[in-house]
Amino acid sequence: MSERTRRIVFVVAALGVAAILLWALAGLPSFGSHESAYARLLNSTTAKRRHVTDVVTATVFDYRGVDTFGEELLLFAAVVGATLLLREQREELHEPPSDQGLGRVAVSMSSAVRLVGVAIIGPAFVFGLSIVAHGHLSPGGGFQGGVVLASVALIAYLVGEYRTLERSAPFAVAELSEGTGAAGYAVMGTLGLIGGAAFLQNVLPLGQLGTLASGGTILFGDVTVGLAVTGALVALFHEFLHQTLVVRRARAKRGSR
Amino acid sequence: MSGLLYAVAAWLLFVGMYGVVTSRHLVHLVLCLSVAQSSSYVLLIGIGYRAGAIAPFFSDRSPKKPAVDGVVQALVLTDVVVGATVMALLLALALQVQKQTHSFDPWDARPMRG
Repeated sequence: MSERTRRIVFVVAALGVAAILLWALAGLPSFGSHESAYARLLNSTTAKRRHVTDVVTATVFDYRGVDTFGEELLLFAAVVGATLLLREQREELHEPPSDQGLGRVAVSMSSAVRLVGVAIIGPAFVFGLSIVAHGHLSPGGGFQGGVVLASVALIAYLVGEYRTLERSAPFAVAELSEGTGAAGYAVMGTLGLIGGAAFLQNVLPLGQLGTLASGGTILFGDVTVGLAVTGALVALFHEFLHQTLVVRRARAKRGSR
Repeated sequence: MSGLLYAVAAWLLFVGMYGVVTSRHLVHLVLCLSVAQSSSYVLLIGIGYRAGAIAPFFSDRSPKKPAVDGVVQALVLTDVVVGATVMALLLALALQVQKQTHSFDPWDARPMRG
């Protein structure tokens, strides 16, 4: 297919999609005036019924807990998939890691980057932990905090080198964290079954509203998801950096390209 | 004014898809896909919005105050995770394509053989 036909096909298809989309959007309530029944119910009752002040986290880990389980397995599957796709190939050589992509000039790091980076690692780590731990009280939670924690590993790479990342957040630990998090969430789900209720039902004592130990299993969900997300992202960073910095293609045999 | 947000969501979707269709670099293609996907964030957040309402956090406010829809915000969270994982997988695939064909241009990729 030539580039021109491709564009024509796209425009025709896009016009079709646009027509249907317009039809669907026309059926939506006008912007800013609508409150869904779920929103009304959850906003008014979550604090009383689940003893948490963050409706989003309560929705993610309690009311829609099974969806989140699927989401966590999806993350797990993606990491497994990426690891599998980027596994060692037969014709690949490994070099000692140099912080430089193939055919690129390494840029020497300014001392300002190093100074600010080193200074920010500790606070960023504590900030991530705090976001994970307070998900049921204020905006945040396992997913958000996990991303902050994983970015700490990236800062370590930024101010150091690949070896620094390997040493401070090893691949094996990242995978362990990912697996423990995903498994921990499943264990938390079975707590409900053991307690004689449904899978992922909130069976732990709900505690005092507005304190750290409140919300029952929601805090546990935040922690397990935090572990899983941190592990998954660090594992992905490892995979991609490994591809760029370590893996080199062996010289092709004579006769082939 | 009320239609502007939906127009932005539709624009992001189509501009992203146009990028996917015309892209000549696989990494660029993956990024275009993420632009198209971000239209769903805008749409979901927009649907949950209520004029004059607060965020659905009640640590220092009474639950009786009108708040925006927390359910769609939780959906956006799922959406973001799906987007990130899809991107990671596609970038890994792009790397493998580059290894096989020595090019990031999707037009250079030949049909695969077993």
